[in-house]
Amino acid sequence: MCPFDLHIPAPPTRPGDEPDFSHLVIPPPGAVPRPEADVNASSESLRDTAYGLIRVLDNQGHAAGPWAPRIAPEKLRQGLRAMLLTRLFEDRMFRSHRQGKTSFFMKSTGEEAIGAAQSMVLGPRDMCFPTYRVLSWLMARGYPLIDLVNQIFSNEKDPLKGRQLPILYSARDYGFYSLSGNLGSRFGHAVGWAMASAYKNDDSLALAYIGEGSTAEGDFHEALTFASVYHAPVILCVTNNQWAISSYAGIAGAEETTFAAKAAGYGLPGLRVDGNDFLAVWAATEWAMARARANRGATLIEFFTYRVAGHSTSDDPARYRPADEGSQWPLGDPIARLKQHLIAIGEWDEARHVQCEAELVDTVRTTAKEGEAVGTLGHSKPPVSEMFEGVFETPDWRVREQRKELGV
Amino acid sequence: MAVMSMIQALNSALDVMLTRDPDVLTFGEDVGYFGGVFRVTEGLQKKHGARRCFDTPISEGGIIATAIGMGAYGLRPVAEIQFADYILPAFDQLVSEAARLRYRSNGEFWAPITVRAPYGGGIFGGQTHSQSPEALFAHVTGLCTVIPSNPYDAKGLLIAAIESNDPVIFLEPKRIYNGPFDGHHERQMKTWTDHAASDVPEGHYTVPLGKAATVREGKEVTVLAYGTMVHVASAAIAEFGIDAELIDLRSIVPLDVDAITQSVNKTGRCVIVHEASRFGGFGGELSALVQERCFFHLKSPILRVAGWDTPYPHAFEWDYFPGPGRVVKALRQAMEN
Repeated sequence: MCPFDLHIPAPPTRPGDEPDFSHLVIPPPGAVPRPEADVNASSESLRDTAYGLIRVLDNQGHAAGPWAPRIAPEKLRQGLRAMLLTRLFEDRMFRSHRQGKTSFFMKSTGEEAIGAAQSMVLGPRDMCFPTYRVLSWLMARGYPLIDLVNQIFSNEKDPLKGRQLPILYSARDYGFYSLSGNLGSRFGHAVGWAMASAYKNDDSLALAYIGEGSTAEGDFHEALTFASVYHAPVILCVTNNQWAISSYAGIAGAEETTFAAKAAGYGLPGLRVDGNDFLAVWAATEWAMARARANRGATLIEFFTYRVAGHSTSDDPARYRPADEGSQWPLGDPIARLKQHLIAIGEWDEARHVQCEAELVDTVRTTAKEGEAVGTLGHSKPPVSEMFEGVFETPDWRVREQRKELGV
Repeated sequence: MAVMSMIQALNSALDVMLTRDPDVLTFGEDVGYFGGVFRVTEGLQKKHGARRCFDTPISEGGIIATAIGMGAYGLRPVAEIQFADYILPAFDQLVSEAARLRYRSNGEFWAPITVRAPYGGGIFGGQTHSQSPEALFAHVTGLCTVIPSNPYDAKGLLIAAIESNDPVIFLEPKRIYNGPFDGHHERQMKTWTDHAASDVPEGHYTVPLGKAATVREGKEVTVLAYGTMVHVASAAIAEFGIDAELIDLRSIVPLDVDAITQSVNKTGRCVIVHEASRFGGFGGELSALVQERCFFHLKSPILRVAGWDTPYPHAFEWDYFPGPGRVVKALRQAMEN
């Protein structure tokens, strides 16, 4: 008999090491068969979708395999533009933070394909319950950039009236639910929304995101249980970007299984998808949507991706992982890959890309300056009376008295 | 009008709202086919169908998260938490989500949910079926907390809660579900039949949230109470033979602070009674408000009668419960000055 030993998972590399992703199994596009969307959740065919990796784009930018979706080139260009805009906007706002123009910022670098593709697949009446790393959802739907800038600066024209931390947006008209800094706590709201839609015989779908780290929260398991029990028309997405601040996915439970595989225990299909492959994200979302629309309920999708940037402006990833891991992520960069695909099918070229990028840089610069003209954090804010609005539908005496006490 | 117990009145409120508003639905553990462990939802599934009154997994966090999502969509869900003692797994949902959704989204989303939960002691439920957590919710900006003390109010307040566009925690004093209880546990149980407030209209009516009721007018001392303790305080006032004014707060958020100040300014004395343990209890807030607003009218110190600062103990239920004897003692003390 040997004594027990406590196992503490650790990533294969740390600062100072060469990045090493040799432990990852990356199957070629086409390796995972595509079951019918109304397949029984206990079907053997869903083992591959949960433990394999659904990919469409190969290394040369060609779409291959049974998951390859049919997308009009114009839509692909729209997706590319949304992803580019997301990256350029975030780079600009990150610099604004470093210049002291706001208190906090987070980037989604490397994860732009997820929100952009899903936002385009879902309809205007569907509702997404986001995390703070899916700005590309809003970009793909043409949310006004100036409203983002004003929210980030918490200035006089902030649509959320200075009440929220930068980037915790809310945009109901764009199918984007109110964000919160508590992780995972809206995952179950999506299920409730979807149940309400079904209750009303509506056709509005819900889609929710959660980070791989937050799948350890009870919210994740509660949401999956309710989604399964009531066949809620909801698409539940785990964005597995490998890192939860400084802890790697193994600490969240990925060492012995995949996040997609967790679906099986709830009687739901699980899809594990290359999150840096715009076409694969699109295809998986279409599959889950078709399943929900056929009244077969929820799907769990794991998007396998990589968080290229730090967790937030308060984080320095060089302290816990090799410095240039992001550039060596074996699934590449989602923008470069979609660009390569568009060029491969003759619908894009370098010159157009350079021109598009230049236009977007200009738009972002102009909009940022417009927001700065309204004011950056500390130099402009909504009327202080806004602090007291919206606590209740009708303010009670406490709010009225305290507002008077403050003289606003 | 019909004679109803509090359970029947609550059932009637749900029935009225399910009939009246297709966006109302109710769910919780054992709520559907069985009708709830306290029978509050009895017959509702049969009458309104399983889509409108159904069972949930044993998952308080999941129940409230689901309700919030439904509320954001546009429904008016009424969720039951089987005992208020079990509500804590849902605390994050209530505090971080339901209470703040309207504020943080600048009115784009809100949570018009009602969370019903039997609460309080007096039924030998031990630590996990007896607690009074109202102060936890009262402290959270954005939540309403309602506690009825009789069948008439229970129905009217529950309908008002369901119709409210703010999240409401609706705490039902389970000891008085079937009859008023004045704290004399050694005496025979009473039913609601002989109580005036058991005369309940069968149709729709509301008792507004944030409006206290003066149960008894008086000149010598103001007694503030809610839930079961209204009946305990009433008995104590009669037994001590004092001309006290008894105010049933009915909801602690919103709080009818005007009713409180008017009464204390008139009587000059104030005794606060609640079943929850004293330290950090809602009585502390009431005491501070009375001190801030009525100081120059006060003839004696504000007193609190409350549960002891221990967990709710099984064998010592009646040693813990702030019964009429302890209220009489406080009234006597208040009158010494």
